Amino acid sequence: MLYGLIVFLPLIGAILAGLFGRWLGDRGSHMVTCGLVTASALLSVPAFWFVAIQGNVQIVELFPWIISGDLEASWALRVDQLTAVMLVVVTSVSAVVHWYSIGYMHGDPHQPRFFAYLSLFTFAMLSLVTADNFIQMFFGWEGVGLCSYLLIGFWYHKPSANAAAIKAFIVNRVGDFGFALGICAVFFVFQSVEFDPVFEAVPRFVGTDIEFLGMHFDTLTVITILLFIGAMGKSAQIGLHTWLPDAMEGPTPVSALIHAATMVTAGVFMVARLSPMFEYAEFTLMLVTIVGALTAIMAATIGLVQNDIKRVIAYSTCSQLGYMFFACGVSAYQAGVFHLFTHAFFKALLFLGAGSVIHAFSGEQDMRRMGGVWRMIPTTYALMWIGSLALGGIPLFAGFYSKDIVLEAAWGAHSGVGQLAFVLGIIAAGLTAFYSWRLLFMTFHGHSRASHDVLHHVHESPPVMIVPLLFLAAGAVFAGMLFAPLFVGDSMAAFWGDSIFVRATHTALEEAHHAPLWVKLLPLVVAITGIGTAYWMYIARPELPARLAEQHRELYRFFLNKWYWDELYDVLFVRSACAIGTFFWKKGDEATIDGYGPNGVASRVLDIARRAARLQTGYVYHYAFVMLIGLVAFVTWYLFIVGM
Amino acid sequence: MDWPILSTLTFLPLVGALFILVVRGEADVVARNARNIALWTTVITFFLSLLLWINFDVEEAGFQFEERVGWIAEGIDYHMGIDGMSLPFILLTTFLLPICILASWTSIQTRVREYMIAFLVMETLMIGVFGALDFVLFYLFFEGGLIPMFLLIGIWGSDNRVYATFKFFLYTLLGSVLMLLGILWLYFQFGTTDIPELMRAGIDPFWQRLLWLAFFAAFAVKIPMWPVHTWLPDAHVQAPTAGSVILAAVLLKIGGYGFLRISIPILPDATVTFTPLVYALSIIAIVYTSLVALMQEDMKKLIAYSSIAHMGFVTIGLFTFTPAGVEGAIMVMLSHGLVSAALFLCVGVVYDRMHTREIARYGGLVNRMPLYAFCFLVFTLANVGLPGTSGFVGEFLVLVGAFQVNTWVAFLATTSVILSAAYALWLYRRVVFGELTRADLMSILDLNRREVAILAPLVALIILFGVWPVPILELFHAPVENLIEQHEAALQGVRNTLSFAAAQ
Repeated sequence: MLYGLIVFLPLIGAILAGLFGRWLGDRGSHMVTCGLVTASALLSVPAFWFVAIQGNVQIVELFPWIISGDLEASWALRVDQLTAVMLVVVTSVSAVVHWYSIGYMHGDPHQPRFFAYLSLFTFAMLSLVTADNFIQMFFGWEGVGLCSYLLIGFWYHKPSANAAAIKAFIVNRVGDFGFALGICAVFFVFQSVEFDPVFEAVPRFVGTDIEFLGMHFDTLTVITILLFIGAMGKSAQIGLHTWLPDAMEGPTPVSALIHAATMVTAGVFMVARLSPMFEYAEFTLMLVTIVGALTAIMAATIGLVQNDIKRVIAYSTCSQLGYMFFACGVSAYQAGVFHLFTHAFFKALLFLGAGSVIHAFSGEQDMRRMGGVWRMIPTTYALMWIGSLALGGIPLFAGFYSKDIVLEAAWGAHSGVGQLAFVLGIIAAGLTAFYSWRLLFMTFHGHSRASHDVLHHVHESPPVMIVPLLFLAAGAVFAGMLFAPLFVGDSMAAFWGDSIFVRATHTALEEAHHAPLWVKLLPLVVAITGIGTAYWMYIARPELPARLAEQHRELYRFFLNKWYWDELYDVLFVRSACAIGTFFWKKGDEATIDGYGPNGVASRVLDIARRAARLQTGYVYHYAFVMLIGLVAFVTWYLFIVGM
Repeated sequence: MDWPILSTLTFLPLVGALFILVVRGEADVVARNARNIALWTTVITFFLSLLLWINFDVEEAGFQFEERVGWIAEGIDYHMGIDGMSLPFILLTTFLLPICILASWTSIQTRVREYMIAFLVMETLMIGVFGALDFVLFYLFFEGGLIPMFLLIGIWGSDNRVYATFKFFLYTLLGSVLMLLGILWLYFQFGTTDIPELMRAGIDPFWQRLLWLAFFAAFAVKIPMWPVHTWLPDAHVQAPTAGSVILAAVLLKIGGYGFLRISIPILPDATVTFTPLVYALSIIAIVYTSLVALMQEDMKKLIAYSSIAHMGFVTIGLFTFTPAGVEGAIMVMLSHGLVSAALFLCVGVVYDRMHTREIARYGGLVNRMPLYAFCFLVFTLANVGLPGTSGFVGEFLVLVGAFQVNTWVAFLATTSVILSAAYALWLYRRVVFGELTRADLMSILDLNRREVAILAPLVALIILFGVWPVPILELFHAPVENLIEQHEAALQGVRNTLSFAAAQ
């Protein structure tokens, strides 16, 4: 009942505000959605107590969903320790964002719709983290993707927002392509899609083979890689990350909730949830580590040079997600989830703080047209400092505890990829500190580069926006020191129970506690160096960045243009899909099938000679089409062979 | 049930058509009465079909509500009956017909009486095709359905309707001639055209292959499969809205149903032989038509191409012979019946206002039509197969089934997850999102009550069956299990022959 309320209250809010928003009005929609989500957040505190502290794991069966042959999937709420942690993160950040949005979206003509989407998102995310089978997880997975699509494109009159929304959905679908196949593979191998039976059966399949795409692979490796592709899409890992920065077209509260604190961490949650499978797939774990480490460093380098305040934070999110993944990759899932937990608070704080800044600058997002306002908006300024200190990993702040344990675990893995992740993670930590303080300095210090008119209007945000930020700031300060002993410290085993599985031979997290002093100190040293460099370049010698960019022009452009991922994908996929589509349509359907089929039936008899001549005169598409038919014949033949 | 409920259901619409035929009076009186009679007839038919569902025994794998009367000759009887695979299609038909009538309420102003008669006759033929258990009867209903459709496009269609009807006719003729030859051969060979009896006939494998190809021609054109699909986009574009709805929602499904009812159970050995061909054509259909859909400039054409891609899922699923695959395929057909109908109705809504289907002529509709935008969004998402909509259940089950049989097929079919999102969301964006810039769109009105009454049940059912598909899925369990058992027996037979040949 308690868990049912937590999950379904936001849905009720979404339905009320969405369908009856016209009658409820702005105020009514606020009350309904904010009230229900806050209730859900308050209820998740006792849920956390019962489940995580007292260890009462529960599975609530709701009703059957898909039943076909041996495939049975029910709607159910699985609430174990991992879920309880996610419940707290999702509902509390969501509640904060709901309240903040009342102020931020003030004056927008479509507020009921906005709040309905936010609540719907919360419901989808909760159904994801409470899933007891792969298919319900996929429901939540695609559900949050849908809400993300709707919210990125919330301002539907902006072409850029529409483009970003579609991009986000489609790139996520590339990941879901893997996820869906992974679920099919899970069912094929285990004859079940429920978590518990599958997890129990996993050890029996170690070392077995599966035929996939005509070749034989290790069963668990194939399954986990396919599932991990899904995680890469949702969590914006290298290669499938391109949608996340563009997603900043959405309203800022959306960026805080969906693209920093909750949805993008779904991939990390998935890997942790499926730890009983990933643990037996060494190759996949290696891949997860490498992908995470590369994402951490790539996104950090791009973050260095971006000028849009939200994009800097977006790349920072991308980079921090990389940390979470390589923590999981070295089997330190607890550390990964701990970083997820603290990151949710301080990154949401940074985003909402950035929203407050943007609000103050009358909608301006370019940091080159900000600066010199810290006295005018002191509260926002202080909050941004807290967020940056937490993100930078400065002692006593939340990020310090989680990022350090992640890096120490990478070191503690004592493996090649672990070392790679450690080194890249350390470099990225320095870069993180640099771009965080670059952001602070460019936004708040120096001479103001805003127009006089804008500067005149700079003002502190209303209390409805500031108070939620205070809550997040408290999380950014205390979440680390309070929860470190539970999540990754001495009481770790008791706290997590059976919700996360680590094989006895995977000792990275244990080793992390015995890391030498230099390993423990190094992240802090590079962070302070990063801050110092930022101070030197943006306060002491403000002419330096431009000169540096001039000197290392190629590198600067490479970073500024985001490693040219978008350009590459545009040529590889977007344009080629359009070209092939047009070709199939005009030359395939119209010229060839219709031309020789119905339209040709009459004329073919009459001028067969003329057509033969035309075929020889070299219409490229005819030959291409003949090739396609050949391909059909070939595939058919191949399938015959396989089928027999 | 001691009265022939299935026949009553089948011929009730025809009775309505007769009533319309005898209506006399002023032109507008005739039109009004014709509309009302048609609506009432279809609504009553729908409720009667619910009675069928209520009295249906889901545990039973065999045929229910059977009726048999001597008919043309010895062995060719009027034999009707349904099982769990045909019942949902009958329900789909009877559910959509009132919606079609309502959708044509104001948009059809010429020859209203003939139009309504055509629809009612079509309903009889469609219920008949799903209820027929005699091959000749099946053929009669199957072919008969062409005529009203042909008239609907030819008389009430758009500018280029003659070309479309010509193409439609040419393709379907090709298929049905071959099927008729097959039926004749069966009759002369076995002295019966009774479908359940033919299932037990044990036809010679060589002849099975020829017959299979003959029937395949008919069903592949109908469903349609690549490369005999090009009639569909043109037919859709030219047909009036309700015609497109029926065409996409029900007529295409007759092809899939034909595979289920005829090809697979009657010709099991040949089915095994030709399965790879079906896979190959289906995969091409999915990838090829999805890419073509991406580039369309006409809304109806885009949805038509997307239908072909979805039908690729159906043919894959049917030929996996796994419970998930076959049940998924039937579910895709039913869901597509709702979703494609809904999408064509959505096109109809704006077509009635603006008289164009060109995507570029729209944009920013959400500004004036929020309700419309909401409905269109739900249908688009169902078309994309989002979990929580009916579209997901079937497609996902098909993929699960395909993966068990052949990972390449599953892999390539899954690309539709990406491609469908691309074409469907891009369409939605171009039509609904953006600024409202065109002057003639500035005064466009949102859904009126009649249109809400049409679209709201579709929205509700698509979400209901997405979240709780059990009442539909449980209908197929028993007959599908039966079908798969027979197929496996056949497969075993083929393997034995092969190993026998190898041993020689």
